[in-house]
Amino acid sequence: MNGLSYRGTWDKPATPPGRLERIGEACGIAALVNLDGRPESGARIGKMIRTMVDRENGLGAGYAAYGLFPERADLYCLQMLFDDRGALERAREFLGKKFRLDADEEIATYPVATLLGKPPICWRFFVAPPKEAEGQEDDYVMAQVFRLNAELAGAFVMSSGKDMAVFKGNGWSHEIFDFYGIGDYEAPLWLAHSRFPTNSPGWWGGAHPFNILGLSIIHNGEITSYGTNRRFVEMWGYRCTLLTDSEVIAYSLDLLLRQQRLPELVACAALAPPYHFLIDEMENGGARELLREIRVNYRPAMLNGPFSVAVATNYEAPTLLGMTDRKKLRPLVAATSADGNTVFLSSEECAIAILGEDATEAWAPHAGKPVIAGVGRGLVRRGTEDYFEGLEIEFANP
Amino acid sequence: MVEVKEKVEAEVRAEAEPYVVEISALDERGEPKPYKALNEEVHRAAAAGCDVIRLRDVHGQRFLAAGMEGRVRLEVYGTPGNDLGIFMDGPTIEVFGSAQDQTGNTMNNGKIVVHGNAWDVTAFAARGGKIFVRGDGGYRIGIHMKEFRRHRPVVVYGGCVREFFGEYMAGGLLVALGLDGRGNAATHNAGREVVGPGLATGIHGGVIYLRGDVPDHYLGVGAVKRGLDERDRKTLEPVLREFGEYFDVPLELIWEKPFTKVVPASSRPYGAYYCGKLI
Amino acid sequence: MADIYHEIPPRFQVEIDREKCRLCERCTVNCTYDVHSFQGERIVTRSENCVACQRCATMCPQGAISILPGKISFAPHYTYSERIRRIIYEQASTGGVMLAGSGTDLPYRVIFDDLLLDAAQVTNPSIDPLRETVETVTYLGRKPDRMFVTEGDGKLTVSRGADYPNVQLSTPIVVGHMSLGSISYNACVAILRAAKEVGTMVGTGEGGLHPDFYEYADVINSEVASGRFGIEPRYLKEIAALEIKIGQGAKPGHGGHLPGEKVDALISETRMIPKGTDALSPYPHHDIYSIEDLAQLIGALKEASRYRVPVGVKIAAVHNSAPIASGIARAGADFITLDGLRGGTGAAPRIIRDHAGIPVELAVAAVDRRLREEGIRHLVSIVAGGSIRYAADLVKVLALGADAAMVGQSVLIAMGCRACQMCHLGNCSWGIATQRPDLTRRLDVDIAAQRLANVFHAWTEELREILGALGIDSVESLVGNRDRLRYVGPNPKVAEVLGVKHAGEPWSD
Repeated sequence: MNGLSYRGTWDKPATPPGRLERIGEACGIAALVNLDGRPESGARIGKMIRTMVDRENGLGAGYAAYGLFPERADLYCLQMLFDDRGALERAREFLGKKFRLDADEEIATYPVATLLGKPPICWRFFVAPPKEAEGQEDDYVMAQVFRLNAELAGAFVMSSGKDMAVFKGNGWSHEIFDFYGIGDYEAPLWLAHSRFPTNSPGWWGGAHPFNILGLSIIHNGEITSYGTNRRFVEMWGYRCTLLTDSEVIAYSLDLLLRQQRLPELVACAALAPPYHFLIDEMENGGARELLREIRVNYRPAMLNGPFSVAVATNYEAPTLLGMTDRKKLRPLVAATSADGNTVFLSSEECAIAILGEDATEAWAPHAGKPVIAGVGRGLVRRGTEDYFEGLEIEFANP
Repeated sequence: MVEVKEKVEAEVRAEAEPYVVEISALDERGEPKPYKALNEEVHRAAAAGCDVIRLRDVHGQRFLAAGMEGRVRLEVYGTPGNDLGIFMDGPTIEVFGSAQDQTGNTMNNGKIVVHGNAWDVTAFAARGGKIFVRGDGGYRIGIHMKEFRRHRPVVVYGGCVREFFGEYMAGGLLVALGLDGRGNAATHNAGREVVGPGLATGIHGGVIYLRGDVPDHYLGVGAVKRGLDERDRKTLEPVLREFGEYFDVPLELIWEKPFTKVVPASSRPYGAYYCGKLI
Repeated sequence: MADIYHEIPPRFQVEIDREKCRLCERCTVNCTYDVHSFQGERIVTRSENCVACQRCATMCPQGAISILPGKISFAPHYTYSERIRRIIYEQASTGGVMLAGSGTDLPYRVIFDDLLLDAAQVTNPSIDPLRETVETVTYLGRKPDRMFVTEGDGKLTVSRGADYPNVQLSTPIVVGHMSLGSISYNACVAILRAAKEVGTMVGTGEGGLHPDFYEYADVINSEVASGRFGIEPRYLKEIAALEIKIGQGAKPGHGGHLPGEKVDALISETRMIPKGTDALSPYPHHDIYSIEDLAQLIGALKEASRYRVPVGVKIAAVHNSAPIASGIARAGADFITLDGLRGGTGAAPRIIRDHAGIPVELAVAAVDRRLREEGIRHLVSIVAGGSIRYAADLVKVLALGADAAMVGQSVLIAMGCRACQMCHLGNCSWGIATQRPDLTRRLDVDIAAQRLANVFHAWTEELREILGALGIDSVESLVGNRDRLRYVGPNPKVAEVLGVKHAGEPWSD
């Protein structure tokens, strides 16, 4: 078997192979956000991920763009892959029943000679939940996405958020870039991922970013606490079907950030808390007390083992969040543009440096501490601050 | 006779202009060359006997100078990839930019000078050679560094480093100065810690010098703090002078702040850890 | 019933090497089962009384004593084994209910031994626990559904709901309930001292707390059992945790009975009953005939302790443990202790000890799964006991879903117990399971405490070794992480109940 044919078969390119096993990942991640909301083409993010070609093995790559459909920002965009026309029609029928179908269109794709097999049909739907879902639109959409992915044969939902979309597939990052024409899209926030799975052939839906509603995640590493984390999120109604670390991290963040509305810093501390002995050594005060409570209350949410992630959300404004595990077992560097308007994240500094004059000298966020930057929010955190630095902490007791 | 002639030619060349080869790390489309192709060019240039190999537009190519011997000098412009100088035994690499992870991995001899930062796991298991970094480092720097016979590795960071500095250290010299990450300005770095927790955990040989104090709870298993004596100053002096020369940092400025020395408490910290006589 | 004695071949043969024996008579002093006696010129042994406690052989300065298997064979018979025949002979002689100490000695399969652990290779790194931080800190108690924290104006506001008291343990090992009465004063002190040194928790057992022991109040888990002995305000207030005992792994559905002759001054003071009176623990709690009654007692204990400590409920692992545990969690308990089939006891009817209940491995897996399915796993911590023999079992029971392991027999073995299983006789020659002053003196508190602390330390280090190998740097990421276990036993159904894949199957559900 030569290197290329190991890229798997294409019987069901969009949807999972029959026997799905948990896949370890060792990948490349890149992200950027323009703080003033200025859209830019996918050219730079493409260049970043392509520079780290040694981190991928051609078994999956993908991109996410936020602030992509400003004219339809109120609608959920279901960006989908289909094995065949039949599956597309079944999905259209399903969506017609469950949603008000505002518009749908084929996603532009371009032939890429080196891609193996026949690519799936790529389609996007702009939908609005029915009246009866009012007040719980997100949960409603999420439930339908779970159903679509679990029950509709030959169909896969790549992304389901507002004003954003995920473009992914089975191939090298430059192939997927060309296939979707990523350079033609314009958005203020971009994620890019290239994949080096250590198990099972790749498939289109299994590539990353992994998305749920407005949250998309790209990830490098393999968490050792998967079983514990999975049982934790499943307790809160999530269904882990892809068996990937990205999926379980995404659900953990959806739970903490969207459902429980925890501040980003608190959610990040739950996923990668400081050691007890460091908390004990902290100055007596609110930060120490809050960290202690987080450690006690969110024990099963802690992610163990090596990871670095970049996460995009659009709860209020498109926001980029990046962090590593608390032992810093996976790489992550950050930089800003010379004018301070763009924040970059990457597995390797070379992917930022290659942008030349555009980027300043990179810094390395500290283990377990997030970089947070959002459109209109600025660079909120560099990941080098103390826990909750600069924030007053107040406890309101019952 | 032929050998003698070659030797004479080499001597003549040494006195004359150095033999410099410039290599671009970009291909004809302007994309970074694959590391294998780039390294192949470097090895060919070295085999041709050149003194200096100047690499332009390096963008993440890995394994530069991997396993290279001899006295060749590499000048790297751009961002070299991971494992820069891995297994290297003699050459000098000067990076005009930042290095990434695993710089000087298992290095035997030679020198790496980095004018920017060099992030995680620098000098892992290095047995010899010197590494000077103007700026900051990441995690696990100098992990399992050793020494053997006349080889004694030296690593100096001008800036700050993070957790697990000198973990498992078995020999050599590790220094972090906590100067401004920009280096040559060498202003003091209020509020930035020179080193993180887990310092020298499992250390059983070698010595660490840190400019400034370190909280006790940062010390790892088997590591103790000591003050500096005259011998320490004598050890540090030439190392700091060399650092100062590369990055234009005046020695007196470095000495302005007292150093902390970290050494192993004993060379067998886990003597009582195991048992197993009864079954 | 009249005793009709019937000669039965001894279980053990005690032999004395007459060449070595110096007639020092130490064996006669040390034996508490009337085996050795000095008869004029020589030591005479009555092998039929020997229980193989090894006290005489250990104490003989000449090493002259051997304890061998009985020399008279029983004709082999698989169905009517020697053990069965002995039981029938004894009951024929006495007409009694067979009493036994310790935990069941029947060869039920130890499922722990059919489970193998994972290790990190390539795709994630293992961690060196000797030099890097690998945390074992554990919190027992209810956790809130979620935290409420809002951010605004440069301020994080943490809104707290109810208080959720948790006990912090330095390591996920707690000592089970062994009362003063079932074990000696010195044994109790040794355990408390070790627990305090290590930073973990000790159960009082049914029987109150001797006034001397309040010195260790911050490591004490006060048991409230059906006899309600020794309950006074400070027993409910000045301690680390409270636990309602519904059942015990060695005797599910059974009560307790400390005969009056054992209720001496010490026990009297502890149980708060007059000397010489029987201490009866009824089979059920007579204020708990249903789940809402349990909720009522939990509520009462929380009120009495002013919501300062977690209140747990201990049950024997039985067939319906999962729904029972769900009810207990909903009744307001903060932790649930599951005590498995192989759990120990000071004294229990053999028929219950050996035949009632289920192995703790299955119970933990079933309870953890059930609580998760119902979305209430965070309401309770799970403590699992009943034959956590050594660190390997500890690691596996955590991966099956327990937050902490409860140990008893291993604690006694660490202090010198030889597991002769005669605790119910009260003549423990090692001074552990006895109240006889001449025997309790034999246990050196300092040495016993240090030996026990050593065991806790060794287990914790071994736990850290395993966590490191798994690439996990804090124990909470092992809890319920069944994906890191594989089954190699004979019965696929067991693996299914455990939620563990068979060895050779890669990562997945």
